[in-house]
Amino acid sequence: MKGRIWGSRGSIASPGQDTKRYGGNTSCIELRPPGGDVVILDAGTGIRELGVRLVREGAERMFLLLTHLHVDHLEGLGMFEPIWRPQTELHIWGPASPLASLRERIATYFSPPLFPVHLSEVPATIEYHDASEAEWEIDGARFASTAIIHPGPTVGYRIESGGRCVAYLTDHEPALGADLQHDASRWISGFGLAHRANLLIHDCQYTVEEYRGGRVGWGHSSTEQVADFARRAEVDRLMLFHHDPMHPDDLLDRMRDDVAERWGVDGDRTVLAAEGAELSV
Amino acid sequence: MAEAPDQRNLILILARAFASQLATAVYLLDSEGTIIYYNEAAERLVGRPFIEGMGAKAEDWMGRGRPLDEEGREVPIESLPLGRTMLKREAAYGVTMFRTADGEYRRIENVTFPLFAHTDDFVGVFALAWLQEENRR
Repeated sequence: MKGRIWGSRGSIASPGQDTKRYGGNTSCIELRPPGGDVVILDAGTGIRELGVRLVREGAERMFLLLTHLHVDHLEGLGMFEPIWRPQTELHIWGPASPLASLRERIATYFSPPLFPVHLSEVPATIEYHDASEAEWEIDGARFASTAIIHPGPTVGYRIESGGRCVAYLTDHEPALGADLQHDASRWISGFGLAHRANLLIHDCQYTVEEYRGGRVGWGHSSTEQVADFARRAEVDRLMLFHHDPMHPDDLLDRMRDDVAERWGVDGDRTVLAAEGAELSV
Repeated sequence: MAEAPDQRNLILILARAFASQLATAVYLLDSEGTIIYYNEAAERLVGRPFIEGMGAKAEDWMGRGRPLDEEGREVPIESLPLGRTMLKREAAYGVTMFRTADGEYRRIENVTFPLFAHTDDFVGVFALAWLQEENRR
């Protein structure tokens, strides 16, 4: 599988001199399974630029996998050029809530005062698929999703193709539900999705000090927790994702070093997600 | 998916994390009625530590306590709050005489409720139990 990072920042877009190297756009990753279809992970502000390129390519069918509907994962959808073209066929997977369908939840964003145009006025054909607990196939690639720990309905994804596997668990706080070092793996949120992935893309929003200093329960992981999670899940490579908007590039470098040291593997197995970086799994 | 390991539903993971912090005895059952966790307060009540993988069916496990009503008559499992919640998937309350860790029968209050994940997926039962006040003194 090939791919590209279009946005790796968490919480709010953060352009500026201090975030140039890893980028300021919020969550969005493009994946291309061997069949050539376009799979998009999350619709943060990074999806805007991806949309421009897809229109230029003439892509008409695409698949968007939303982990959840917090604004930093959805806010780019209104400026995703393909949805304003009637020939576009967009399939959206994401978690429903116990009370509202995925479409109804997305429509909340496409409503005044948050957005001037209603979802019903979007010319593209959009199909909605509940990804709360599901497995499906697109173009020869296998997809699975399960609910993971984060405030509100949230899922992680596992994508398998050609014997290779990517797991995407952004916005995830597994330490809230288990002792990551000692509990049986079946009790660890997201473990089944991440297990032995060739590439795990995982939340790493906080330093250990930040997490312990008042961010427990906010739905994100510290460097210590993501290192423990990667070790337990026996992944090949780890990509740190959902960078805190207040973290400058130099601090992210130190966080990466901290994760690699705690995980205890070769440093090149831990990388920071950087806007514009190409993926190959 | 290849190599998918056994994984608890997120609702059960969160319920166990919550129960592990409570001073009240809590038993957690999966949708098949197997006890998959009980907390420290529950261990004290029954006098046995919880060991994962040794999970017994609730009906076997409850039977060991030989539950009685307040007149000393045996109570079938399906009439206990836990049994009612498993069968009917609705909340239940009751007071029952149970044999506790010291072998004595004591009055135990039970509140049980079903756990539904997502829309209608029944994933287990959360059962609270505590000794009634006169037994604590």
